[in-house]
Amino acid sequence: MPVITVREALRQALHDAMQDERVFIIGEDIGHYGSTYGVTAGFLEQYGPERVRDTPIAESGIVGIAIGAAMVGMRPIAEIMSVNFSLLAFDMLFNHAAKIYSMFGGQITVPMVLRTTNGWTQLSATHSQSFDVYFAHMPGLKVVAPATPYDMKGMLKAAIEDPDPVVFIEHTLMYTVKGEVPEESYTVPLGKARLAREGRDITVVTYSRMVHLSQQAADILARDGIEVEIVDLRTLRPLDMSVAIESFKKTNHAVVVTEDWQSFGTSAEIAARLYEYGFDYLDAPIARVNFREVPMPYSKNLELQTVVTVDRIVHAIRKTLS
Amino acid sequence: MTQIDEHGRNSTSTLLNDSGLDAATLIDYYRQMVLIRRFEEKCQEMYTRAKIGGFLHLYIGEEATAVGAIAALRPDDHIFTHYRDHGHAIARGLDINALMAELFGKVTGCSKGLGGSMHFADASKNFWGGYAIVGSHLPLATGAALGMKMQRKDSVVMVFFGDGATNSGEFYESLNFAQLWKLPVVFVCENNLYAMGTPLEVHSSVTEIYRKACAFDMKSERVDGNDVLAMREASLRAVEHARSGKGPVLLEAMTYRFRGHSAQDTQKYRTKEDVERHRRNDPITRYRTLLLNEGIATEQQIRDIDRMVDDQVEAAVRFADESPEPGHEWITQAGVYAAPIAVDPPIHGE
Repeated sequence: MPVITVREALRQALHDAMQDERVFIIGEDIGHYGSTYGVTAGFLEQYGPERVRDTPIAESGIVGIAIGAAMVGMRPIAEIMSVNFSLLAFDMLFNHAAKIYSMFGGQITVPMVLRTTNGWTQLSATHSQSFDVYFAHMPGLKVVAPATPYDMKGMLKAAIEDPDPVVFIEHTLMYTVKGEVPEESYTVPLGKARLAREGRDITVVTYSRMVHLSQQAADILARDGIEVEIVDLRTLRPLDMSVAIESFKKTNHAVVVTEDWQSFGTSAEIAARLYEYGFDYLDAPIARVNFREVPMPYSKNLELQTVVTVDRIVHAIRKTLS
Repeated sequence: MTQIDEHGRNSTSTLLNDSGLDAATLIDYYRQMVLIRRFEEKCQEMYTRAKIGGFLHLYIGEEATAVGAIAALRPDDHIFTHYRDHGHAIARGLDINALMAELFGKVTGCSKGLGGSMHFADASKNFWGGYAIVGSHLPLATGAALGMKMQRKDSVVMVFFGDGATNSGEFYESLNFAQLWKLPVVFVCENNLYAMGTPLEVHSSVTEIYRKACAFDMKSERVDGNDVLAMREASLRAVEHARSGKGPVLLEAMTYRFRGHSAQDTQKYRTKEDVERHRRNDPITRYRTLLLNEGIATEQQIRDIDRMVDDQVEAAVRFADESPEPGHEWITQAGVYAAPIAVDPPIHGE
């Protein structure tokens, strides 16, 4: 099976989706500029300006237009270059995309995908955030954040085919991550967690880029004979906790690793569900590893103390087991 | 003595000759306006009797704008509107039983009782909904117009909003997108002189709203929104422009709401005299007088219409009252998603 990057996996899913004439891509610098992270590079030349629509810098307009087009039968894929800019489109996403199906009594669907990307690399406070929890909080949206090239391709395809609005969260530090991906078209169902690594001692519940860091932490701990089981949630809404709960019943220990602020963050919901459904199996408090609760500093030194690192995951696991 | 020719036209009426419409159509505009007025007066009564909850924003005084504008549309054209949406829904021909039932929160409502007054919709009539975040539906309308263009259809989108909405970022973003991409959308600003309770000259640096289109090189026009025929003619020009691929148009309809912003409004921002002065320009009274003076309708026809409308509204209240409420399924995931995904353990509360 070919080994390709996340970027290439996403490109394959988008090329595949473009076979459907209803699908078009709309966003900032996706065409003429050549695409900020290279995902849609060459698409303008291949599919033309009608289906690869460079836009003004107007996030609310971009997402609102995607919603309106979806309502009348198109299958738009809107790209918000960085999740930080999505704040400008929250009204569209939360008050319209998420509401239109239920608020109008189920007579109108909004089959659109919003692709956007988390990430940080000395970009300071406004360009290094994660809003996963805001999206995942909202009934009416489906929210996915895969970790592997295989899931990126299959879940993007599934998201595009889905009749409901889907927020598809990528990560700037994952585009070059490699993995095995079949050449043919396939879908990976939304709303299904997966076991990313088997182990008997402790469960790490995580998603997106943190799956890879957790794997590195597990490799380190394996040298000391500690077996870490890793659950990749893949979808945040609806949240499939079945795999994590089963794992927790076996290991009786859990660490939740998410790349966002801890207070009221995704890890709070995940940990709460583990407590609700796994209380009888609990041998130690559930630990959480997240961003330090500050606006992201620019200085490399401070930034690396703010983000989640392999060392911090290792430390949290050891502490939970001790 | 009026003279009706073989086409049903009164040959002595300049109105019939100028408008190109037959008497039945002209009279039907009157019926639509009266239906909106009576429907909403009944809404107010039902609100007072607590049959209707939430917010109730009445369109009374602005009826000619919706009726005239929507008369310029074809069934395969599309409408998006704001939270003061009763008039547009009725002018588009939505079933008033379903509208009253919606206000009563019943499952027979046009939005199954999930939306209420501010969120009427009927996809089968390409009536894509009332939206209650001011200005935020303009990008949606623009997107629907993009959809029509990409599907190579010659349908246009008409979107209604108030003067207050023209200060929102979404207004400017939408006008730019629409003109940039030459999209078939007609932006209809209902300038009723107040953004909720803030007067036009207090909220907008440019008080002639149609001039805001200049920034985008967009065609625009100001029209008397209390004159149903002038409104229709301006809308026809705008719709034709949009349909022929020349791009969007901004119409500014000058109008006035006789009631408060909502049922709770104490109207401190205007005097009774202001309202009385505008009431002399009541679009329904004006149009009725015109129909009578031109000999297009008789007093008896007018009385018959008024009575028929009253009966229709009463029947709508009975229908709404007797209808069942929406069931529990609407507060499960099946009511929230077209394709709900079951998870185990389930979503909280299910």
